[in-house]
Amino acid sequence: MTQLQEVSVDDIKHLVSERAIQGETMLLNMGPQHPSTHGVLRLLLELDGETVVNCIPDIGYLHTGIEKNMESKTYAKAEVMTDRLDYLNTVGNNLAYSMAVEKLVELDVPDRAQSIRVILAELQRIASHLIWLGTTGLDVAAMSTFLYCFRERESILDILEMCSGQRMMTTYIRPGGLWRDVPVEFEAAVRQFIKIFPRRVDEYEALLSRNPLFLDRTFGIGKISAEDALNLGMTGPALRATGINWDLRKARPYCGYEQYEFTVPTRTEGDVYARYIVRIEELRQSLKIVEQALNKMPFGPVRSSNHKFVPPPRSEIGINMEALIHHFKLWTEGFSAPQGSIYYAVESPRGELGVYLVSDGGPNPYRIHWRTPSFDNLQALPYMAKGVLVADLVAIIGSVDIVLGDVDR
Amino acid sequence: MDFTLILEWIIKGFVLTLILLGGFAYLTLYERRALARIQARIGPNRAGPFGILQPIADAVKLIFKEELTPALADKLLFLLAPVLTVVPAVVITAVVPWGKQSFSLFGRDITPYIADINVGVLYIMSIASIAVYGIVLAGWSSNNKYAMMGGLRSTAQMISYELTLGLSFVGAILLAGSMRMLDIVEAQKTMWFVVLQPIGTGIFLIATLAEVNRAPFDMPEAEQELTAGYHTEYSGMKFALLFMAEYTKMIAISAIGATLFFGGYREFWFLSNTVFSIDHTPWLGPVYIFIKIVILLFGMIWVRATYPRIRYDRLMAFGWKLLLPMSLALVFITAVGIILAEQVNKNLIWGIPVLSILVGLFAVGMIDRVLRRKDNARL
Repeated sequence: MTQLQEVSVDDIKHLVSERAIQGETMLLNMGPQHPSTHGVLRLLLELDGETVVNCIPDIGYLHTGIEKNMESKTYAKAEVMTDRLDYLNTVGNNLAYSMAVEKLVELDVPDRAQSIRVILAELQRIASHLIWLGTTGLDVAAMSTFLYCFRERESILDILEMCSGQRMMTTYIRPGGLWRDVPVEFEAAVRQFIKIFPRRVDEYEALLSRNPLFLDRTFGIGKISAEDALNLGMTGPALRATGINWDLRKARPYCGYEQYEFTVPTRTEGDVYARYIVRIEELRQSLKIVEQALNKMPFGPVRSSNHKFVPPPRSEIGINMEALIHHFKLWTEGFSAPQGSIYYAVESPRGELGVYLVSDGGPNPYRIHWRTPSFDNLQALPYMAKGVLVADLVAIIGSVDIVLGDVDR
Repeated sequence: MDFTLILEWIIKGFVLTLILLGGFAYLTLYERRALARIQARIGPNRAGPFGILQPIADAVKLIFKEELTPALADKLLFLLAPVLTVVPAVVITAVVPWGKQSFSLFGRDITPYIADINVGVLYIMSIASIAVYGIVLAGWSSNNKYAMMGGLRSTAQMISYELTLGLSFVGAILLAGSMRMLDIVEAQKTMWFVVLQPIGTGIFLIATLAEVNRAPFDMPEAEQELTAGYHTEYSGMKFALLFMAEYTKMIAISAIGATLFFGGYREFWFLSNTVFSIDHTPWLGPVYIFIKIVILLFGMIWVRATYPRIRYDRLMAFGWKLLLPMSLALVFITAVGIILAEQVNKNLIWGIPVLSILVGLFAVGMIDRVLRRKDNARL
């Protein structure tokens, strides 16, 4: 058993400035229970009046041991854990995991499944950005935006529920395809959403984008340069807001993203407002992808027919001996992956979501590591928060768009 | 002064207090319902029809809640702070007239106001500045850093905005030529002061938002930054008192605004010379002022639903660099306009609104320029 080391004051002294030790500045605990730390993030703030001198994030309050837990489960069962990572991007997590497993065991995915994956991943991106937009509004106390955003998010969750029976923890995308085909109402529901959503985005913009108070709270706040952002490993909208055009959907297309026409919005300022504009624009681009994918969606199977890895359809079990054996094998022992390791990354709403999978040839993953965007983006917070006011710090935390489940794993 | 007069005052004060407290309870419901409508949701509708029993349920909950006092708090001040906050909020409305003509009851002529002070406006100013002590003490005595920051913010904010508020009062005082609330209302018999003082009224409304700590100026309790600001450590009935003070102040300041700029208990302009006029039907006075208060309160709720919170340093800059010079200019314009109207030509009184609108446009232009600079930087 490892011994827990007690942290003494001397160990953390170097984190704050000299003045704090002399008692000239105030140390303030922000969180883990605070309305605007977006979960259980704890920030140790060193304040001079209301100006932040130092900001020290302290994470681990939502540590759930997901990575370790996944090692004790078969490849199929471990997927359920992925939903709990970044709980606002469950479909994206499933997608990253499934694609890593598919690549490890070399499984093909039918075209229809690819299209549906894209549609759902983009809808999930919209839902996640809606939460970010709502909470960003709430962080600067524009409370109505929050409820408007949740109204639209609800219709996306309805679509997810329609497909998977779950609103959030879908586990709908599986290695080798999908759990099952989408229901017949799916297309109509998505089309309805495509119809109403552009108007709603304009509505949000009308509320915030040109609002002098909102501009005042966001423009020029929390700046970070492109170089710093790269050095800190930032990805996603937060990186694109500094002017670097890096989107895995364009740079390393997966799931057939190369067939869809969309642009990657970038800004150059790298402040809270730039991150806001980038994400607002992404809402529109994602909707464009959803529409194209829906129009192109082919008919056909949604699961790979390789029943060594993908369970056979339920209807075959009763009439086909081989199917019964596969079913039994897959749900008891699980499939074994060849020895090796793989890294696969997708573009989550927050940035590069990568999964590093090591297989020792057995039915369980030997080690899984998640490269989560929230964790890396959060590192930039102390740099962005230097010298801002407490009120700005709140806006900056919101603009980084962290999910603590994603940070702590 | 006889015993019955004192008794009359006590009874009237008691009635007004009860009205304010009832008003506070239903203002919370009004706000929650109105916010809900604006935000595309329903709001409290479980307790009683349309949720009208909700305030009672809330009150019962708060009364039975455990009251906690932080271990290292200053016990006396911690207890005193809510009282200091709530008392000025209630007594401030004493000078607001609810009607003109006295009515007779039990053989006595009873006036529809508690106190008819000839410096009524000064009374309002002085009581309003006492209210800040309660908040500062609440923040300081809690022994909590968030509460202290809330308390400090509110000191700075209220002191800054009190000046502007006072100067916006001056516009109405000059036009009426009196500090007595009744005179101010009667001077608006033909025309509300909002017509002559459009920008002055706007400044008053903005300053009141800051004075009663309402969004977008709710610095002291900025939930997203300071969790709950000065009342972080309060619970139970002490919290209810602070909450009550905030909402009672909203009502009081709306009543004052209605009196100073919107004709007080006087009828709406389209009803003058009809049977609904105050001169004809005096008992409609309270009804009119009630309607005006409700409309002003709705304005406050609407602003809360719409705008983000302004940042603390910008709030101070806005108050000192923009509102204060503007209100000074307005006082000057009003004074000159009145003298010119008296000495030269009566129609010159219209110079006041024209010039003040010009001042207002100038200020908006300044804000726009600052924003445009930002816009250019953005593109």
